[in-house]
Parts: sequence; structure tokens; C-alpha cells
Amino acid sequence: MHIPDGFLDAKTAVITSALATAGLGVALAGVRRTLPPRRIPLIGLAAAFVFAAQMLNFPVAGGTSGHLVGAVLAAVLLGPGAAVLVMSAVLILQCLMFADGGVTALGANVFDMALVAPAVGYGVYRLLRRLVGEGLRGRLFATAFAAWCSTVAAAISCAGLLALSGTVPLRVALPAMGGIHMLIGLGEALITTLVVAAVARARPELLLERTGPRLRPRYGELAAQGLLVALGLALFVAPFASSWPDGLEQVAATLGFEHRAAATPALAAPLSGYVIPRVGSAALSTVIAGVAGTLVAFGLAWLLASLLTTPRSRGARPGGKGEAPRAPRAA
Amino acid sequence: MHRALLEPYQHRRSAIHRLPAGLKAGGALAFVLVIALLPRASWTAYGAGAGVLLLLAGLSRIRPRALALRLLLVEPFALGVALLSLLQQDGLRIFAATLTKSTLCLFCMVLLSSTTRFSALLRLLWRIRVPSLLVTTLALMHRYLFVLADETACMVRARRSRTFTQDRASAWRSSASVIAQLFVRSSERAERIYAAMCARGWKT
Repeated sequence: MHIPDGFLDAKTAVITSALATAGLGVALAGVRRTLPPRRIPLIGLAAAFVFAAQMLNFPVAGGTSGHLVGAVLAAVLLGPGAAVLVMSAVLILQCLMFADGGVTALGANVFDMALVAPAVGYGVYRLLRRLVGEGLRGRLFATAFAAWCSTVAAAISCAGLLALSGTVPLRVALPAMGGIHMLIGLGEALITTLVVAAVARARPELLLERTGPRLRPRYGELAAQGLLVALGLALFVAPFASSWPDGLEQVAATLGFEHRAAATPALAAPLSGYVIPRVGSAALSTVIAGVAGTLVAFGLAWLLASLLTTPRSRGARPGGKGEAPRAPRAA
Repeated sequence: MHRALLEPYQHRRSAIHRLPAGLKAGGALAFVLVIALLPRASWTAYGAGAGVLLLLAGLSRIRPRALALRLLLVEPFALGVALLSLLQQDGLRIFAATLTKSTLCLFCMVLLSSTTRFSALLRLLWRIRVPSLLVTTLALMHRYLFVLADETACMVRARRSRTFTQDRASAWRSSASVIAQLFVRSSERAERIYAAMCARGWKT
């Protein structure tokens, strides 16, 4: 999903850079305020960890492979502000050292993958945690669905950016990016959940630390991030109402979809002002596809959480094979 | 894939390598900005840009094959996104222009990153007053990236030597365990690093 240079025009590059800078500033201030100095090295190490984890390939059908993105993993393991910082550091390093993702598109990439993805993911995660309770099954279910939502939301935001720059028309970009990432999101959800489950098995105290009282003062920061994300999405998607002949239906599809897929309160508030009087059949089918996809992902997330927390299902596997390997102690 | 990328060319000596990092980074930024924001049909400017880059690449005395390899590794991403732009009116021209722009910018960044040490870039970020927490994070990340990559490779090798056949499900499970273990080790390492930093007089 890294946008290279040359795909964004000046206005999109400037807007996204401003939003990314503001979001990163809020995250930095929040982390500096709430993070004890003891944990500052952990942020840097976590960034290196996310980068290293992205290099591990997971086999998908037919010789292709995918890898973890890690936005929700970082948010669940470290908290939302730290996740924004970690993902931004990963993107900046990829851009400067490996030319992966453009310099002029750095703002856009940070906005997509370091702001939208963790903010939407963490919003969904907190919401579901409150709904389904604090147990391990609830945690895993919330993680799985949040990872799926964050992948899809980042893809939609990316499609909106490309369309706003006039590189790819929205009616191509949205179904292509959204559709593909609804599948990719399943993989991301599976990996993220498996990793969180494995951390919970190996070192539960690393996870329990996060649910402590330190989460309280972060709600203001989370609200600010959510507002920025919502503002950006509104900016990138709303102009199509005027500039495209059939843009209205597309906007309806996008907003309806966005509203459904990323069920964060922060998103719903600014977007609910758009009341679309008539929705075309193409848009309707997109919305239905989006809703159906969301429901399927929701069900799969629940199934995965149940499978991982039922002791019998793990016992069925040949003893210890494929279990966490004990690597030789690093010297 | 990243193994090839991590191979350093940053420590060579050449006229380009010796230039101050600020100049190179500023030049690269200006080049990328100009190329990315030019109107789509300015083909002479693209030609001139390509000429300048090839000249700099020649002066840097990095093997052309190494540069081409690094460029080819990042090019598929640009190509993938560019293919989507074919599906519209006048798609072929937008496709060609976008791909040319992104290839030139990629080449420029590959050249910058293979002639400039990352620590010099970090010092530059520090000097232009990027928040210190971000620079610290980037510095720590760059320092431990290779350590953690090695540790991952080590764990993956250990897993391979213990599983003779592996279906897809167990591959996912064990890779997830590797990542989880990597996180546990990273957080333990972070504690040790903090102790070491304090021992050397580090303050926030």
C-alpha cells in the first residue's frame, strides 16, 4: 500500500503532509506525557520489531505470500499513541533507507498506515473490548476484527487519495483497493490474533500492563487522532460530490461503507452530516458487498477467537509440532 | 528480499559520498519535489532529470548492477499502483507519465540512500529540530533493525531444522509464534538498553 512518488498531485501531498504532521505531533505529545522514561527504548525497539516482523513471509494460496503490517498489533501491544509513533518511524525509515514509498507521498503514507490504520483499529478494539468484556476470548476477537477494519480503512483512504490526485478514478480505485484489502485484511487479522494469542500464552504480563489505569488520560488524544482521521477522510472523499458526474453515488457508497466498516464513533460524527437522498443500484451493491464483507469478517473473528481459546482445539494438533520453536540462546 | 537491501554501499569513498549529507538530502528532496509536481507531459524535463541522475550515479562509482537491483526491488510496487490508472480515459498517457515520474524519484532515493550514511541523515533531522523523541526512535530502530532481523532469521532457521514437513496452517502458527517471541525478546532487550543508557548518563 506504499504510494510511490509521482502518484499524488501538489494539493493532496500538502494536505496529507499537514494532517500527518499534526497527527504525529499529537501522538508525540501524548507519548511524551504518559510514557515513563523507562519505556522510551521500547518504542524504538518496537519499531525495529515491526520492521523485522514485516519481513517474515506467510504462505498464501499458489506460491504467493503475504506479510504482517502490524498497525493493530502495535496498538494492542503498546497503546495507540505509541503505535502511531512506531508505524511512522517504520514508514520514514522505509522511505529514507529503502526508497519504499515516496518522499512527496510520505505524508500520505503516514496518514494511511500510521494514523488511519492504528486509530481506526484501536477505536474498534476499545469499542469491542467494552462490548464483549475483558477476557482473553474478547481480547482476541476484538483484535481480529480491529485488524480487519484497520486494513480496509487504510485501503479506502489510500484509494481516496489516489482518486483525489486524478491518478486513478475512484470507481476503479475504491472497489479494487477495498475489495482486495477485504481479503488481505483477513490475513492480517489472522496473523495479528495469532501473535497476540502467542504473547498472551508466553508472557501474559506484557498484555496485562496495557489495561492498567494508564489508559485513562489517553482518551483526549484518541479523540484528537480520530478527529484528524475523520477530517482527512472527509476531505479526500467529499470533493467527488461536485467534481464527478456520477460522483454522488460513489460518495454514498464510500461514506456508507466507511460508516459500516470502521464503526468508530469519531468517524461517524462528522460524516453523518452527509445525507444522500438517492442511492444508485451500483452504489447500493457496493454498500451491500461492504456490509456483507464486514459481517463475514465479524463472524470469522469470533470463530477464530473461540478456536484459539478452546483448549481442546489446540490439543488436536500433533504434540508440540509447529509450536513456538526454542531458538538457541542468542549470545 | 531485504537481505539484498541491507548490504551497505554507504561507506564507499567517492566524490559523491564525501559531499555533506545536508546538501545531498536537500538536493534529493528538491529533485523529487520538482519531478513529482511537474505537469504530466513534460518529457524533456524527465529526460534532463534522468541525465543528471545517471551522471551522479557514474560519479558515485557504485556498480550499476547493484543500483539496478535495488531499483528493480522497489519498482513492482509502483508498477502495481500505476496499472490501476490504465482503467480510465487517456489512461495510457497517465500511466506512462506516472511510471516515469515514480521511477526517476525512486532512482534518486536509491542513489541518496546508497551514498549517505543513515546516521548522517539522522543528525540532519536532529539539526532541523525534528522532535527528539522521533529522532531517538528512528536512531534506536536503525541500530536494532539488523540485530532483530538476525534474531528472526535465527529463530526461523531453528524452526526449520525442527519441522521436516509443514502444512500451511502450522506454518502460520509457528511464524506467529516467532513474531510473538520476537516481541517478548524486544521488550526484554529494551529494558536492558534502558539500564545501559542510564548507566551512561542518558537523560530524557
